[in-house]
Amino acid sequence: MTNAPDTDPVRPEEALLAEAVPVPQQRSAWETAWRELRRAPLSAQFGLVVILCYIVIGLFAPLIAPFTENELVGSQYEPWSDQFVFGTDQLGRDMLSRLIYGARNTVGIAFFTTIIAFMIGGSLGVLASILGGWADQVLGRAVDVLMAIPLLIFALVLLSIFGTSVINLVLIIAVLDSTRVFRLSRAVSMNVVVMDFVEAARLQGEGLRWIMMREILPNILPPMVAEFGLRFCFVFLTISALSFLGLGIQPPSADWGSMVRENATLINYGDITPLLPAGAIALLTVAVNFVVDWFLHKTSGLKE
Amino acid sequence: MNQGTQEAGKQPEQRGEALLEMRGLCIEGESDEVRVKIVKSIDLTLRRGEVLGLIGESGAGKSTLGLAAMGFTRAGCFITDGSVVFDGVDLLNIDDAQRRKIWGVRAAYVAQSAAASFNPAHRLIDQYTETPLVHGVTGEAEAKSTAIDLYRRLRLPDPEHIGDRYPHQVSGGQLQRAMTAMAMACGPDFIVFDEPTTALDVTTQIEVLASIKKIVRELNTAAIYISHDLAVVAQMADRVMVLRYGELVEEGETAEMLANPQHPYTKSLWAVRSLHKEEEPGEEILLDVRSVDAAYGAAKVLNDVSVKVPRGRTIAVVGESGSGKSTLARVITGLLPPLSGEVIYEGKPLPPALKTRPKDLLRRLQMIYQMPDTALNPRRRVRDILGRPLKFFHGLNGAARQRRVKELLEMIELDEQFLNRLPGELSGGQKQRICIARALAAEPDLIICDEVTSALDQIVAEGILKLLLRLQDELNISYLYITHDIATVRAIADSIVVMYQGEIVQQGLKNEVLTPPHHPYTDLLLSSVPEMDTTWLDNLLAEREARKARGEMVLESSDQ
Repeated sequence: MTNAPDTDPVRPEEALLAEAVPVPQQRSAWETAWRELRRAPLSAQFGLVVILCYIVIGLFAPLIAPFTENELVGSQYEPWSDQFVFGTDQLGRDMLSRLIYGARNTVGIAFFTTIIAFMIGGSLGVLASILGGWADQVLGRAVDVLMAIPLLIFALVLLSIFGTSVINLVLIIAVLDSTRVFRLSRAVSMNVVVMDFVEAARLQGEGLRWIMMREILPNILPPMVAEFGLRFCFVFLTISALSFLGLGIQPPSADWGSMVRENATLINYGDITPLLPAGAIALLTVAVNFVVDWFLHKTSGLKE
Repeated sequence: MNQGTQEAGKQPEQRGEALLEMRGLCIEGESDEVRVKIVKSIDLTLRRGEVLGLIGESGAGKSTLGLAAMGFTRAGCFITDGSVVFDGVDLLNIDDAQRRKIWGVRAAYVAQSAAASFNPAHRLIDQYTETPLVHGVTGEAEAKSTAIDLYRRLRLPDPEHIGDRYPHQVSGGQLQRAMTAMAMACGPDFIVFDEPTTALDVTTQIEVLASIKKIVRELNTAAIYISHDLAVVAQMADRVMVLRYGELVEEGETAEMLANPQHPYTKSLWAVRSLHKEEEPGEEILLDVRSVDAAYGAAKVLNDVSVKVPRGRTIAVVGESGSGKSTLARVITGLLPPLSGEVIYEGKPLPPALKTRPKDLLRRLQMIYQMPDTALNPRRRVRDILGRPLKFFHGLNGAARQRRVKELLEMIELDEQFLNRLPGELSGGQKQRICIARALAAEPDLIICDEVTSALDQIVAEGILKLLLRLQDELNISYLYITHDIATVRAIADSIVVMYQGEIVQQGLKNEVLTPPHHPYTDLLLSSVPEMDTTWLDNLLAEREARKARGEMVLESSDQ
């Protein structure tokens, strides 16, 4: 019911210029965002607050943490006390400080990996949908091959071949994860490529770059942003899992995955300290999912 | 039956008691937290066996009102005031379980797009029998036999077996009739038809209209018939209500309304089809399509097609869907290189494929699409949409580009306040104007218009056609105008090309083609255009029957 008639047959000239569709008054992007936030469900608000906390902790880790990342400040496995809030680890480093620095390493690396995965997968997916034909086939089958091997095992194999540096870790996981992004971006941009405005751009002689960046990308952005949130969680969990297995972020860098592994023996004595990094992982994953759910709901058109 | 009783039968009080009564109905819709009144205090009475036509442009609230007649509102719409009494029951004050007993059994709905309303995964007959079975009206065997009976009455081919097909295996016109049969399944007291023929070709529309009219009369079902096409409503309805902005403009017996409309708005609706252009033969040939064949894979769509477009003139390409008229446009624009034949532009052959055409040639050939909704990138503002071709083709930047964008907006009769709008903030007609401006920005010689008014209301469409004519006068542009609507052709064309199954069956200056003798297909096309006369459909069908009986060849729509 949004299509109002645009001419008044009795007085066509006047009516044509009149507002036919109620246009919302111009709001700044910040105002709109703030208004949306206030109306967001509790779960999404909770998620946003948690994510914000993680970002602040990660950015200002040296200011917040009582000790540095690798400083030996006490004896091994000290219990929780006033001096060491969560005790110390197997080498006598402060657990709380390492948790805080871990946010920087684990979350930061996962974030960059996801961005690279999206740049690779997203651009190839859109490209495949525009070019179609054999280019689509080649890319699609290549992705099928990569996806046929379980991600974690494949990553383990590649990491043991290329060695376990942070750069290798980021690139390998980014490439492996980009296959999932490729599938999504190709599928959603398929729906946009068939639209007349893309054909109009082609008829005008616009290049591939313009069509990808200006015509298609803005129209597939909402599902891609939602996928970014979910992908981030998976990447984050993969890195933690690899670290737990000893092939991820290497010591002495603090990382939640390896922290679980290093302190796992404490579980035998009924100490819950190793669960703290695991809890940090779980909390962030849940928070991101809450936000993604809300975002998907907002952009999927369900509200209409 | 003599003349007298026939007249009496038309009187409303003789037509039976009121079946449905709406009193002071108000409906509001919510979008982006703003509540808009869609229906403003409408009174409506439907008597048993009566067909009531609802006419209005899109946004007039006619579909919302039609659904409200069944006590239903779409998500986001709310009935705020008034009552809907169906056979003594207030539909607004009963719970969903009770309403469900009425829906499908005593009141049914036929939607505009049958293709989108059928479940593609089930056979037609299974979808038909669902309603009678769920409501326990009949058993399965009985439901199937009534289905076949209804299919036969609706003149579907092979009524015994057509139900075994899936929705994609029958044509659009057949699907619309199958949906009418579904609505009839439980013998309802009334049916709401929401633009059932709008999405169909004119030649197909006839069959569907005739079938619906026949069955509604035979079963004495009351109906609300919603349409924006007056000529169609004139065939179907006993009484007409004209709606605008959710308000009743005028109401009356169909024949009387046609002969003597009172309100200025109604009069303007009636006058829309009066636009007419004098034909002029062109001198200089701009575009010359020479015996082109084209195919999608193995399926041949164009067969030896030759068309000449003179500079500054309009060629209308007419034909039903599947006749190859859009394919012709794709060949000219280079999206589909032809199998054989060539396209000559200003005396020189056009490179067949889009990629090999120089930028200047691309600039001279522009295209406007049928659906303005999909032809504009929803994420780009009007300023950018119009600015891009200016930069791309003419290298305009900064202030010069701004000035030119404003000039373009002026040419299409819109003002500066539209500069920062997104396409979603424009009405259908305004969007189409922006599409025209985008084509003009390139300063083309030829614009291919692919059904540019068929998605618009009549009054809005007339505005677009007038704009196109004015621009042609001022800028000496040629149009290749693809359409299936003869009224549009009369309004703007200089010459006509009639296409049928990938071939040109007739072409020439407008008056030559429109005056008899015609090619049989041209004749079918011309005679299928509804006229503003309540007896037109009956007369046409009677005439076609008579000609068939005399053994003359009568071409029928390919969508039977």
